[in-house]
This record gives sequence, structure tokens and C-alpha cells, in this order.
Amino acid sequence: MATPREIAVAAEQRDIRNRWLLSSPALIIIFLAAIGPLFVVLLYSFMLKGDYGDVKPWQFSSDGWFGVFLQRDIFDDTLTIADAHISIFWRSVKLSLVTTLVTLFLGFPTAYFIATRPPQRRDIWLFLVTIPFWTNILIRTFAMQEVIRNEGIVNSVMIWIGLISAPVQIMFTDWAILFGMAYVYLPLMVLPLYASMEKIDFRLVEAGYDLYATRLQVLWRIIIPLVKPGIIAGSILVFIPSLGAYVTPRVLGGGKNMMLGNLIELQFGQGRNWPLGAALSITLMIIVTFALLVYVRNASKSGGSHG
Amino acid sequence: MAIGKTAIEAVGVTKIFQSSGQDSLKALDNVSVTIGENEFFTLLGPSGCGKTTLLRLIAGFDFPTDGQILLHGQDIAPLPPFQRPVNTVFQNYALFPHMTVGQNIGFGLEMQGKPKAQVEARVAEMLRLVQMEELKNRRTSQISGGQQQRVALARALAPEPKVLLLDEPLSALDYKLRKEMQIELKRLQNETGITFIFVTHDQEEALTMSDRIAVMSKGKILQVGSPRDIYDRPAVRFVANFIGETNFLEGKVVSTAKGQAKIALDSGATISAGLGEGAKPSGKVTVVVRPEHASLVAASGKATLSGKLENIVYFGTDTHYHVKLNGGGEFTIRHQNVHAGALGFEKGDKVGVLFGAEAARVLRD
Repeated sequence: MATPREIAVAAEQRDIRNRWLLSSPALIIIFLAAIGPLFVVLLYSFMLKGDYGDVKPWQFSSDGWFGVFLQRDIFDDTLTIADAHISIFWRSVKLSLVTTLVTLFLGFPTAYFIATRPPQRRDIWLFLVTIPFWTNILIRTFAMQEVIRNEGIVNSVMIWIGLISAPVQIMFTDWAILFGMAYVYLPLMVLPLYASMEKIDFRLVEAGYDLYATRLQVLWRIIIPLVKPGIIAGSILVFIPSLGAYVTPRVLGGGKNMMLGNLIELQFGQGRNWPLGAALSITLMIIVTFALLVYVRNASKSGGSHG
Repeated sequence: MAIGKTAIEAVGVTKIFQSSGQDSLKALDNVSVTIGENEFFTLLGPSGCGKTTLLRLIAGFDFPTDGQILLHGQDIAPLPPFQRPVNTVFQNYALFPHMTVGQNIGFGLEMQGKPKAQVEARVAEMLRLVQMEELKNRRTSQISGGQQQRVALARALAPEPKVLLLDEPLSALDYKLRKEMQIELKRLQNETGITFIFVTHDQEEALTMSDRIAVMSKGKILQVGSPRDIYDRPAVRFVANFIGETNFLEGKVVSTAKGQAKIALDSGATISAGLGEGAKPSGKVTVVVRPEHASLVAASGKATLSGKLENIVYFGTDTHYHVKLNGGGEFTIRHQNVHAGALGFEKGDKVGVLFGAEAARVLRD
């Protein structure tokens, strides 16, 4: 006969075993699909590059990591700063920040508009916002090209109304990339903004007006603090994919205006420098993680100081 | 009741809400009312009667379709809410969740551009007024419903408004707390001397706190008067029915004289009943008698009405006697229980109902 204590211990052990058993599918997927490949990338970044792509297995070298910010002169082997890489990093960060800001400024009024519609009609507006997601990103990017190219809609209309006499070159500039990314990532900003705006009790807005706050003060002191979780979520959702964007800069920016995603792709493709590509990927990840940490910490700190 | 200087005056105010489709809702229909300075004025009525709409028009959250809203003689109807010296206590308090108790209370003053030191001093004063000094730095989500209520009051009173609007502020509180807050509100009104306009559907709340009550129904004000006026001398059937319990007696006017009428009831008896000022009814009328204004007596010639005692319901503080009247109709008498014991009537007894002309009232409609 087992004592009650033994029965309790056995039940607890069974519970623990069941918990591991039930979560094992998820754990296997996480290890195989997420952590495993990441580890491979990390490993490759420390290996010697193969002559025709790939790496020379188990021959370790720090060349890949050196190549991230430095370059070796092909004639005298001296190391200099890799200006091209630095400018690509800078362009990526800059364009991603501006894209985040642009989508925030466009998305905020959009989300506010939807959140203040009658409930039945909100669904229609949300549906319209999500429609672009149904189309392949490549198609959407080519559609953007149709809008901004020299013979495109924007230039034609501006010439027709006499605003300009010759087409403005937008394609293959940073502007083109910015327009494209803002267009592609706007829904990712609108949806989280809407989600937190929808929860606002609009009597708080009335209370603000009642207590002598003007429209601007109500926006600044009441609506924005309450929507802050949405602003944080939306900014993260736009900034991260922008930083690693590949299709949009490739199609709209052309070969010269590369972003990080294109640079990485280049190393695995024509560059045949997999260790450098891997090191660049890890660098991108570090930048994103760092940016996120700083952002979330600042955001929660200023949220705390409010009260 | 005499009114001092006028604080708020609504003149012929109509509000029509255009809803989707052709049907529109007339929330207020040509409402005129005058509310005096330093008055505790209650808008009383069932939900959908327009009382909250009138409050929102005064606050400035909605604008009247027609008519004027005068504050000390100046038409404020076109002004946005942040330009009106009027503050509101909202039904669910609408406290700012991202601010502390102190920041909530100081918000109005801060928006008015008052210097920081002055805001701080006033916040401390308000916290003292509502007895919540120690909770200044708490988040509004960390305090109880009753405390939130006090913060909402303090926040609305802090900018020293000319008029304080209260939109069913006690409805979310439990019974005991509501009783406490009723007394607290009355105290605050006395101490601050600010005009309170209080919206409620709770007749008891209205009767205990108000200087004057306006009873509303279907977008119209039916009667304005002191609680005693409204309760003892209801002018129309709706008011009599909505506030307290009432006996309705149907009859025909026989004669009128000196503010009284002789009414021949359908049940056969003839009674005297008081008339409203200037009223000259004729034909079929309704007479109301409050249950506690009549007494149960032995069946005899002295009784105003007679009948059979049908039911006795004991309520603790009082007892209700339900009498089936001879000639049809029912009559309820409320008798205050006293130490000496019950009245001594049994179910089924033949009894009389006694009330004077001052207890009976002829309704206007």
C-alpha cells in the first residue's frame, strides 16, 4: 500500500512528465526551425569561404567577420574601412527609421478614423487596410514602380497639371525605396494602432475637453499616452522588416541603392562569400536586438514617469 | 420655492439626433428650465427621457438643434466644452488611467495654464475636501469604486466651475456606499456653494438630496418643484406614478371652489380633493392619494371610502394594507409600525379608508 505522500509525489512526477511530453512538438519545432539554422549561420560566419560559394568545412577563419566593416586591398593586402558596407548599414537604418516615422504619421490618423467609425463599418475599413496583404509583395512593389517611374502616374499627372515640365527621377533613389517600404508596411502600423485605439474609452476624451483641454492637448495628453502600446508595437513591426527589406530596395532602388538585405543576398549569390554573408546576417540581428532593447526600455520608462 | 440669481437657463431647447436612415430621435422637445445659483437641482426620469442629453448640452458635448442655453445670461450653446466654466462628473468617472490621483485632480487647472505651485496647492486642498490625502500618488486603477468617485468629484470641483454637472454618479456604487455619498455630495455642495445639476433615475436619491427636482419623460419636463411639492402634489399621472407609490381614483368633477374640487368617484363615494394652482378641471379626472396619507379605520359612516381588507404585508418599518374598495378598485394604505403593535385588523374584515381633502390631489391630465 502506497502512503498518501507517495501517491502525491507520483502524481507530481506524472504531471511533470506530461508537461514535457505535451510541449515537445513545439520545442522540437523551435529547435529545428529557429535555433538550429541560426546556429548554422553563426558557425558558417567563422569558417573559411569556399572557392565557388559554400564554406570549407571545419576550417575556421575570422575573415567573414573582418569583412563586415573592413576590406582587404586586392593589390597590397592593406586593410581599410569598408565604406560601401558602412554606407549600406547607414542607409538601412536611416530608411527604416524614416519609414517607421512615415507609417506612424500616416497610420495614426487612419487608425483613429477607423476606431471612431460605428462598429459595423469598422470591419469594412479594416478589411480594406488588409487587402494589400493578399497580394504578393513583388507584385505590390512593381505596382509602386508603375506609380513613381518617369512615365508613371505621379509624373504624368504633375506634368499634365503643369506643376513640372520634365519628369522627376524618383525610381532608383532612396525616395523610391522609402515610398515603397512605407506603402508595403503601412498596414503593419495601422493594425496595432487600431487595436489599442479601439480600446480607448472615448468618455476620457470628453473628460479632457470638459477639463479645459484643447483638441491638441487632448491628443497629446490623453490619446497618445493611451495608444502608446500600439505605437510601440507598430514601430517594432515596421522597423524590423524594413531593416532587412530585400524585394523593395531591389526593385525600386536598383543595383546602386542597396540595403542590408541586398548586401547579404549578394554575398550568398554572386559574391560567393558565405562567411561574410553569415557575419552580416548576425550583425543585422544584433542591431535589431539592440534597437529593440533601447526602444522598449525607453518606452516603458517614459510610460512609468507618467504616473 | 424662491430662486436666487439664475445660474443656468435653458430656453426652448430642442435636440434631434439624426440616426442612420430617415428616422430621427427627438431627445429633447422644447425644454425650458431655470436653475438658480447655489442650487442642488435634479433631473429625474427613466432612461431615455432626455435628462442626460440636457446635461450633455450644458456641458457642451452635444449642441442643441434649437434653443438657447444661458449661463449667467450669456448664451453658451455654441461654445466648445473646453471654453465653458462647467465641469462634469461622469457616470463611470472617466478617470485618466495613465495618471495618478493627484494628476487627475490637477489636470483641469493645468490645462487652464495655472502656475505649478497653485495647481499643487489646489490639488492638496481638493484631496483634503474629499478626505483622500494619502492616496495622491496612487494610480486610479489601484483605488476602490467609492474612492474613484471621490477623485472624479475632486477633479471636477478643482477648477472651481460655475456649475457642476453630475451624470448618475452614484449608480455604480453599492447601496451603503451610495447612501454615504449622497450625504457627502450634499455636504460638498453646501461647502463649495457651486450649483449642482444632478441627473438620476433613482427617485429616492432625488428626493433626499435636491433643492428642486425636474421630472422628465419623453424629452419633456413634466413638473419642476421641491421634493415635497413633487411628492405630495404631483401634477400629472406620470410624476405621481414614477415617484413613490400612489393610489389612483377615477371620478367626475361635481363642483370646484377655493382650490378644491368635489369629485364623484366611479366607485360611488364623493370626496374632496386639492387642485393645482389655477386648475379648473371638469368631466373625468384622476385623483391621487399617497398610501401613507390615508389611514385604516373601522367601517363606519365617518370613513371616506369603504371596502374589505384583502391583504396585510409586513415590511418592518411599516405595514401595507391592501383594501378592495366597494364599487371596484383597490387602495393601499401604509401604516408606520409603532411599539404598541398592529392595528388589530384581520384579513377579510370590513374596513374604512380615511383621508382629508389635503391628502387627495386632482391630476392635470
